[in-house]
Amino acid sequence: MKRQLQSSKAGILLALAGLLMAGVGMHRGEMSTVFEKAVKICMECIGIG
Amino acid sequence: MDKRKDAGSWNRHKIQAVWALLTNSYLIGFAQGRIYKGSLKNLCLPGLSCYSCPGAVGSCPIGAMQAVIGSWNFKFPFYVAGFLLFAGALMGRFVCGYLCPFGLFQDLLHKIPFPKKIKTFPADALLRKLKYVILAVFVVLLPMVVVDILGQGAPYFCKLICPAGTLEGGLPLVLLNESMRSAIGWLYVWKNALLLLTIVASVLIYRPFCKYICPLGAVYSAFNSVAVFRYQLDQEACIGCGACAASCEMQVDLIKHINSPECIRCGACKRACPVGAIHFRQAGKSRQSNTTGL
Repeated sequence: MKRQLQSSKAGILLALAGLLMAGVGMHRGEMSTVFEKAVKICMECIGIG
Repeated sequence: MDKRKDAGSWNRHKIQAVWALLTNSYLIGFAQGRIYKGSLKNLCLPGLSCYSCPGAVGSCPIGAMQAVIGSWNFKFPFYVAGFLLFAGALMGRFVCGYLCPFGLFQDLLHKIPFPKKIKTFPADALLRKLKYVILAVFVVLLPMVVVDILGQGAPYFCKLICPAGTLEGGLPLVLLNESMRSAIGWLYVWKNALLLLTIVASVLIYRPFCKYICPLGAVYSAFNSVAVFRYQLDQEACIGCGACAASCEMQVDLIKHINSPECIRCGACKRACPVGAIHFRQAGKSRQSNTTGL
């Protein structure tokens, strides 16, 4: 039971760390790089160029 | 038991279908051969869902990761890695079982009857490591190292491997745009050959792309044992009959490893267990299963 609770805490802590990392990335402006790539047809992804 | 198994499986497919429709709900894109360009594309989706699909309203995390790694100004993708860490720590490979449109595509293909379905084969265990190699080489290393004179790397996984991009983006966009049809070459042929291979393999083998190739599955598999959403085996209730392992299409031996990296949380084992020894566990609490296996 103790081990299970520790694993659950680990999952929650990792999820919070993920939110923090995502926040850092957003602050650095990475989201705009993702957006610019996603709103143009990705020729490589569809197998054209 | 079989009726219960089928009902649970189809309930899961309904959830998968609703999610696939929600995340690909820009239906006008399919009619006009163009893609959605709104602000939702800032956000990553948890499953493998090509952002060049005409219906896509969000971004593919693997494509987004390569875009950031391959950009000239960023090399470590904090935003996408943070998103994957968040989704993985909460759900693990539940994403593969429920929230991946390409997973649904393979699930449905595997329902096509064929006399000799392949459960396992000699190189199966070794091939399952391939997805980690693909993640390291095609998603991280190549876009980081093989760059043009501006310091930009291509999304090598999307370009050379991803059959989801061909299915969701390549086929509809090429069919709907004459200019694209005139531009197709060897790469398009190669990617369609890979898609065809994936389709044939999916009829014979359950989710071959997820088992052997998918870098997103590789990422989420690392979180299965610590994810907030995970399984728990009641050792006292378990009678060791092996019904769970026999029902598992991913060939996981659940008695030995209840939170195996290969488990996609489809819930087949929970439905198969005659004594209800497999539970969903969440932050220190557990609850019994229902027909979706959730």
